[in-house]
Amino acid sequence: MKFDTPATTNPIDQLKVVGQPIHRIDGQLKTTGRAKYAYEWHDTQIPYAYGYPVGASIAKGRIRSMDVAAAQTAPGVLAVVTTLSVGDREKGKFNTAKLFGGDEVQHYHQAIAVVVAETFEQARAAAALVKVDYAVEAGAFDLKEAMKTAEKPAESQQPDTAAGNFDDAFASAAVTLDETYTTPDQSHAMMEPHASIAAWNGDEVTVWTSSQMIDWWRSDLATTLDIDKEKIHLMSPFIGGGFGGKLFLRVDAVLAVLGARAAKRPVKVALPRPFMINNTTHRPATIQRIRIGAERDGKITAIAHESWSGDQPGGQLETAVAQTRLLYAGANRMTAMRLATLHLPEGNAMRAPGEAPGLMALEIAIDEMAEKLGMDPVQFRILNDTQVDPEKPQRPFSHRDLVGCLKLGAERFSWDSRGRPGARRDGNWLIGHGVAAAFRNNLVLPSGARVRLNREGIVTVETDMTDIGTGSYTIIAQTAAEMLGLPLDKVAVHLGDSRFPVSAGSGGQFGANSSTSGVYAACVKLREAIAAKLGFNSADVVFENGEVRSGNRSVPLSQAAGEQGLVGEDTMTWGDLTETHQQSTFGAHFVEVGVDVATGESRIRRMLAVCAAGRILNPITARSQVIGAMTMGAGGALSEELAVDTRRGFFVNHDLAGYEVPVHADIPHQEVIFMDETDPMSSPMKAKGVGELGLCGVAAAIANAIYNASGVRVRSYPITLDKLIGGLPEIA
Amino acid sequence: MRVFTYERASSIEAAARAAASSPTAKFIAGGTNLLDLMKLEIEAPTHLIDINTLGLDTIEKTPEGGLRIGALVRNTDLAANDIVRRDYGLLSRALLAGASGQLRNKATTAGNLLQRTRCPYFYDTNQPCNKRQPGSGCSAIGGFSRQLGIVGVSDACIATHPSDMAVAMRALDAVVETVKPDGRRHAIPIAEFHRLPGDTPHLETVLEQGEFITAVVLPAPIGGRHIYRKVRDRASYAFALVSIGAVIQPDGTGRVAAGGVAHKPWRLEAADAELAKGAKATSAALLADARPTEQNRFKIDLVERTLGSVIAEARG
Ligand SMILES: Cc1cc2nc3c(=O)[nH]c(=O)nc-3n(C[C@H](O)[C@H](O)[C@H](O)COP(=O)(O)OP(=O)(O)OC[C@H]3O[C@@H](n4cnc5c(N)ncnc54)[C@H](O)[C@@H]3O)c2cc1C
Ligand code: SF4
Repeated sequence: MKFDTPATTNPIDQLKVVGQPIHRIDGQLKTTGRAKYAYEWHDTQIPYAYGYPVGASIAKGRIRSMDVAAAQTAPGVLAVVTTLSVGDREKGKFNTAKLFGGDEVQHYHQAIAVVVAETFEQARAAAALVKVDYAVEAGAFDLKEAMKTAEKPAESQQPDTAAGNFDDAFASAAVTLDETYTTPDQSHAMMEPHASIAAWNGDEVTVWTSSQMIDWWRSDLATTLDIDKEKIHLMSPFIGGGFGGKLFLRVDAVLAVLGARAAKRPVKVALPRPFMINNTTHRPATIQRIRIGAERDGKITAIAHESWSGDQPGGQLETAVAQTRLLYAGANRMTAMRLATLHLPEGNAMRAPGEAPGLMALEIAIDEMAEKLGMDPVQFRILNDTQVDPEKPQRPFSHRDLVGCLKLGAERFSWDSRGRPGARRDGNWLIGHGVAAAFRNNLVLPSGARVRLNREGIVTVETDMTDIGTGSYTIIAQTAAEMLGLPLDKVAVHLGDSRFPVSAGSGGQFGANSSTSGVYAACVKLREAIAAKLGFNSADVVFENGEVRSGNRSVPLSQAAGEQGLVGEDTMTWGDLTETHQQSTFGAHFVEVGVDVATGESRIRRMLAVCAAGRILNPITARSQVIGAMTMGAGGALSEELAVDTRRGFFVNHDLAGYEVPVHADIPHQEVIFMDETDPMSSPMKAKGVGELGLCGVAAAIANAIYNASGVRVRSYPITLDKLIGGLPEIA
Repeated sequence: MRVFTYERASSIEAAARAAASSPTAKFIAGGTNLLDLMKLEIEAPTHLIDINTLGLDTIEKTPEGGLRIGALVRNTDLAANDIVRRDYGLLSRALLAGASGQLRNKATTAGNLLQRTRCPYFYDTNQPCNKRQPGSGCSAIGGFSRQLGIVGVSDACIATHPSDMAVAMRALDAVVETVKPDGRRHAIPIAEFHRLPGDTPHLETVLEQGEFITAVVLPAPIGGRHIYRKVRDRASYAFALVSIGAVIQPDGTGRVAAGGVAHKPWRLEAADAELAKGAKATSAALLADARPTEQNRFKIDLVERTLGSVIAEARG
C-alpha cells in the first residue's frame, strides 16, 4: 500500500482498541523474567561457549603484531580470533569506523580479538593475556582545536541553508543576541549491553542479538563477514533499551559469529560496559553559535545557527541546526554545519539526533532573547510561531500546534508564578522556572507485516519490527485488533525475527507510526482476502465483535478462516506528502528547579511536558516514552558528559559510576499531557512519533530554570555546580 | 579475574597468619569492592580468606563510654544502630549518604575503610597509574581530574579516598584495632591509619601484609550538632565531589573533616581551631596547602561554601 493522499475515515478511527490506555501486553513476561533478552537464550542441551572481546588500548595507529600464545593455552580456551587473523574486511554500510578486521586502529577499544572459552571467567582471564605491539599514531581528539580545520561535508548531508539576507537583517535589528553554546559527547547508556549469541548449522548461522533494526544488521553482518545474507537468521524479540546505540551492526554480533565458527560451538558475547562507551557509538559533542535579531515588538527578523561537530574520517554531522530551519518565523535566516575530523570513537545517532543537542542551545538562546526584549519567553515563542516552513513558505506544516502546547502548559504549570532571576527562595534552595519548546521531525520508513488468521479466530502478526522497551508489541496488537474487530486477547504478535517481513524498525521516532501503518496495510489485505473468500463485497464489509458482516450476513472470523487459515501481507510505502508538507511533532516543557545556594547543586522539583504528536496510539506507552525522555533530558542538562582525555584520545568515565545518568532521587513528579489531535497527512494511523519528542528541549527548560533560580547563565552542558558557584551569593 | 584459591577463616589469628604467608593473599569481607577490582584484574589475589565466618559483627559499649564496632558490622546495621544514631549521628548520616541500600547491606566497617580510590584511570588497566602499577606514571595529572584530590597530593598521585564513613570516623577520632600476623594487638588512631600518596601511592594505609582489622572504636560521645553534607552531581548513588563532616558545639567550636579532597579523610587541628570564626577561616586553614588541578580548582570554593552552609545549619 502506498500512502500518498491524506487519510480519510478508516477502521482505526473507531478507536475501540487503538488510542486506549492499555498496559503493555508483554509486561508480564518482563516482570516475571520470561522475556528472553539476547544473552538469555539458554538451552541446557546446548554447550555454549563464551567469547570475551579485547579492545585496542591506543586511540590511533597500527597493530604490528599480536601474541596470543598465552591466551590460547590458558585454561578452558577454545579459540582466539584476532583482527589480524581475519584480515581486512568490507565495512557495513551503516558503520563509519570498521568493527573488526585488519591492522588499523581507528579508535580506543576498537575490537581487536575475541577469546572463546568454556566459561565466561576463563574467556575474560585469557583475554587479559593477549599481548599487542602497536605503532602509535597521533590523532585529533579535541573538538575545540579540530573545529578550526572543520570542513563542509557533502551536500547530501545538507550542511547549509539560507533564506532572505541574514547579515543585513541582523546588522539592522533593534535587539540582537550572539552567543556560543556547547554540548558534550553523550552515551546511550542503555541498561542492556550489546550482546549476541551465534550458532552455526552447516553454512547457516542464527544470531540472537539486541538490535533496533533487524534488516540493517543482517545486511551489514553479511557484508562484514562475506556471508550470503540469506544464510543469516537474526532474532531480537526483546531489547533492553537502545536509544540509537543499537541501530547499526555492532561488534558483539560479528565476534559471536566468528567465535562460533572458530570454536565450532554456539558462542555468547556481551560487550563489557566500558566498551559501550569507547567501542560503540555516542552522541557527538557540538559547538553552536546562534545569532538572533528582532524588532522591539519581539518579531524575529534574523536568525542564524551554526554548528561544529566531529567524527571519524568519512563520518557524519550531528545535525544540531535541524530544528532552527523550521521552528520559528523570521524572513532572514541561515544555518551551517561543519565537520571536524576526530579520532574518538564513532559519533552517531542517539535519541533525537540533531534536535536534542540543537534545542539544548537554541532554546537557551530564545530564553536569553526574550529577556533582552523584556518579554515573557512563552509569549515570545508564540509571537514567532509559523505555520509554514520558514525557509520555503510555500510548504505548510501538515499540522502544528506548538502554540496550543505552550498555552496549555503555561496554564497547568502556573507559569505566571515565575519570579525574576534569583528572586525566589525556599530555605537553602533558590527556586526557578524554565520553559522550552519541543520539536522533532516526524519521519516515516517503509514497513511490512504479515497477518495470519487461523481457524480459532486468532490473528497473528509477524513483522521484523523491534520493541526496544517502547511498546511496539502492544500498539501493533491494538492495530490488528481494531482492523479485524477483535479483542486484544485474540491477537498474537511476533517481532524481531528476520524471517518476518522487513519493517521500519525502531529509531528516529519513526517506529510506532510506520510499523503500525505496515500492519494496517497487511490487515487491509487480510480483510480483502476474508471478504473475497466469503464472496462479500469488500466495500460494505464490517469487522466487529469477532465477526465479519456484509449486509445481513455475518460469519465468525474463525469460520471465515477455514482449515487453512488466511494470510494478508503488505508493506506500507510513502508518497510525497512529507515533501509537500512539513511533518513535525511539537511540545512544550516546563520545569521547576531548586539550586542549592551554597553548593550550586541543581535538583529538579517538577516537570511538565505537553505534546502535540498526532493521534496517540496508547496513552500509557506513549507517556512512558515521554517520561523516560524527560529523564534522559535531566541527565543531559545536569550530569551526562563523556569526559574526553584529549592526550590519550578516549572517554575516561567509561562506566555507569563515572557517566552519571539520573537515578530515582533525581526525578521528581513528572506530568505529561497529550494534545487531542490527529494528523491525516502522516499515515492511515494519523499518528506521529513521540518517543524522541519528549527529550527535545527538556535540557534547555532545565537550563532556563537554573538561570531563573540563580541568575547565572550557563551555556555549556552539563550544568554542573562548578559552573554555578562563582555566581551564587556569598555564604556567611 | 585470575584463578585463586579460597578458604574460610577459622580464627582471627589463623586468618592473619594465612594472609601473611603470601604477598598475594587477601581477606574478603562484603566483597563489594574487592570483587569488582578482581574482575578488572586491578587486584589479582591468588588466595582469598573469607572472614565472614568470624562473627565480629556486634556493636558494644566500651568501659570508657565509647563504642566498639566489630569489623564485620554491616554499614546498614551500623547506620541503624540506636546508640550510633543518638550519640554519633555524623557516622549514621555519612553511611547513609554512601552507595545504595543493597551495597550497604553487604559492605563492612573494615572493608569500607579499606575501599580503594575511584580515580577513573585506576580502573582502566590500559592507562598508566602509579597506584595500580607503581612507577608507570599518573594519567590523571594533566588528564580528567575533576573528581580528584586537591590537598596532600603528590606528583605521583592525586587520587582521593572515596569513603563517606571514613570522614565521619576521622571527625569522631576513631581508633582502628588490629591483630598482626604474629598475634600482637594494635590500636591505630584513624588520623594515622591512611597514608598520603607521596612516592608510594600503592600503599594506602599503615597496615602490614596480613594485619587484620578486628574493630573500630569510637571514644565517648562529645555531643554537639552532627552534620554530614555530601555534595555531588546527582542526588544519590554518586561519590562525593566534596563532603563535610562536622561536629559543632553550641559555642561554635568543634571539628571538621572533609571528604573528596585528599588521599585520606582530611582534618587538621589548625582548621578545627578556626571553626568558631566561620567557614572562610576554617577552610583557608584546612586547604592551606591545596594544589588543585585546573579541573578541580572549584573544590576550594566548594569546601568553603559547603562548610558555610553546614555552620549555618548548626547555628540555625
Ligand atoms: C556501586 C558502588 C557505589 C558505592 N558508593 C559509595 C559511596 O557513595 N560512598 C562510600 O563511602 N562508599 C561507596 N561504595 C564503596 C563501598 O562502601 C565499599 O565497597 C564497601 O564499604 C567495602 O566493604 P566490603 O566489606 O564489601 O569490603 P571488601 O570488598 O570485602 O574488602 C575491601 C578491602 O578490605 C580488606 N578487608 C576487609 N575486611 C578486612 C579486615 N577485617 N581486615 C583487614 N582487611 C580487610 C579486603 O581484603 C579488601 O582489600 C560504593 C561501592 C559500589 C560498588
Ligand atoms: S591519581 Fe593516582 S590513582 Fe589516579 S591515575 Fe594517578 S596514580 Fe593512578
